[in-house]
Amino acid sequence: MKALKRILGIVWMALAVAAAYFCIVEFGLPKLDTGNQEDLVFGIIILFVLTPLIVLGLGIFGYYAVKGEYDDV
Amino acid sequence: MADTSTKGIWKVITASSLGTLIEWYDFYIFGSLAVVISTKFFPADNPMAAFLSTLATFAAGFVVRPFGALFFGRLGDMIGRKYTFMVTLLLMGGATFLIGCIPTYESIGFFAPLLVLLLRLLQGLALGGEYGGAATYVAEHSPKGQRGYWTSWIQTTATFGLFISLMVILVTRKLLSAEEFDAWGWRVPFWISILMVIVSYVIRKKMHESPEFAKAKAEGKTSTDPLKESFGNKYNLKFVLLALFGAAMGQGVVWYTGQFYAMNFMKTVMHVESSQVDSLLGIALLLGTPFFVFFGWLSDKVGRKPIMMLGMLLAIMLYRPIYKEMYEITDVSLKKETSSDVRHNQNVDQTDSYIIYDDGTMKFDRKLINKVTGKEEVMTAIQLPSSGYSYLIFLVFVQVIFVTMVYGPIAAFLVEMFPVKIRYTSMSLPYHVGNGIFGGLLPAISTYLVMNAEKNGDPEFYLEGLWYPIIIAGISFVIGMVYLKTKNNTEHDRS
Repeated sequence: MKALKRILGIVWMALAVAAAYFCIVEFGLPKLDTGNQEDLVFGIIILFVLTPLIVLGLGIFGYYAVKGEYDDV
Repeated sequence: MADTSTKGIWKVITASSLGTLIEWYDFYIFGSLAVVISTKFFPADNPMAAFLSTLATFAAGFVVRPFGALFFGRLGDMIGRKYTFMVTLLLMGGATFLIGCIPTYESIGFFAPLLVLLLRLLQGLALGGEYGGAATYVAEHSPKGQRGYWTSWIQTTATFGLFISLMVILVTRKLLSAEEFDAWGWRVPFWISILMVIVSYVIRKKMHESPEFAKAKAEGKTSTDPLKESFGNKYNLKFVLLALFGAAMGQGVVWYTGQFYAMNFMKTVMHVESSQVDSLLGIALLLGTPFFVFFGWLSDKVGRKPIMMLGMLLAIMLYRPIYKEMYEITDVSLKKETSSDVRHNQNVDQTDSYIIYDDGTMKFDRKLINKVTGKEEVMTAIQLPSSGYSYLIFLVFVQVIFVTMVYGPIAAFLVEMFPVKIRYTSMSLPYHVGNGIFGGLLPAISTYLVMNAEKNGDPEFYLEGLWYPIIIAGISFVIGMVYLKTKNNTEHDRS
């Protein structure tokens, strides 16, 4: 189980990178220039709230997992 | 000294739940009256007012809540649970009451939407601080081995709060004429809040501080900087991240799918008549609510993790089949037309058509020319026969059961993850990020996915919005299964 926890840590870090791409390129940026106020707010929230949370949070979580911080949890 | 007998804990539950219920009521009343509020404060022809309206919806509902969790969580860990959640109660009640007092845009212009936005932000902050305080307070009074059961009463308040807000609006509408309600009656549900807050304040004021916190304070073991200890300390931060990604994130999307996405889907994709949606959702919620307590109780016996993970797994596997079934209930291409009628009103250039199908479903279409755009608009409403109505209640009820499985035990789960001195701060943040951000953004992201799929000609476009909760809950399920302990955490229990 310890090995699995550590290996999956790499997956979470990779997922953080993939999430960054989707949040910025697919969801966030296209919403900023639609001319619709609601889309603008949605885009800003995706880019400046959701993206940092997922990318940083999941990235740190994955890093801790790789380092064995969750081995004995 | 705090009373932890059964009688004593019921007092604690009543005081805590009533306050949390009122906070949810206050929070939902704004959403439930959104249409009236927008005409009074956010005129659509003013772009800045419309912008503030969107901000009031998104910012207060999603973004501000985690900040409230941090601000009030810190206070709760330093000063005490009781005093902090009294402050959040008064803040929420005061803000709600004042929203009901603001003069309209017609009277004071731009200040009206600005004041509403500010008060709405205060509501979001208060809600961010309230839940963690109430859950912690109840958990710290609970007898050993019964935390899941007792905290599950707090878990029912979010659903009841929605219910009561709808009831108060319904009764106010019934008592007043349409003109009176539009002129001033819509303010009544906001004003009522202050009465409920005063009652709750008086009840809460009589309560003692939580025994675990009081003991820690007496021994000088409380934290002087809960934020630093929660998030600046690697040992605690790793549990905050685990709580968020292994439980709260998945729970948040399952909660929002079962209660809000289902409602939105029935109204905008299935085109079920609005009053039928409200009533069937109300019935499903009422039938499902006791299961919060059941699964909270069960989590004391078999563990929080198995129940929450099973709830997520069932949601992941069954969302698509459930929504496919829901869609087919109103899919008229699968039904045989038995009679129809078309009426044209030349005065307003409007055509109404009624079609009745073999199973009793009635479809109503209204075509009219939009005077501003000059384009033809079609409004569709479908009235379900009793068989379709009952089946839809069942399908929504099943989703509410998933909600109760993931949400019933989560307060006890989060409380048990952190030590007394940083508990309020540490448990509030993952909860509000999971629910406010991951859950709160669900309607917007799922609607975007549906629209995209429809534009690309996907025949099952209506199911595409489910990928967001399925993927998020899927990640949370894997993290929870691999990294969370199966047994309930007793590491931080009082000796």
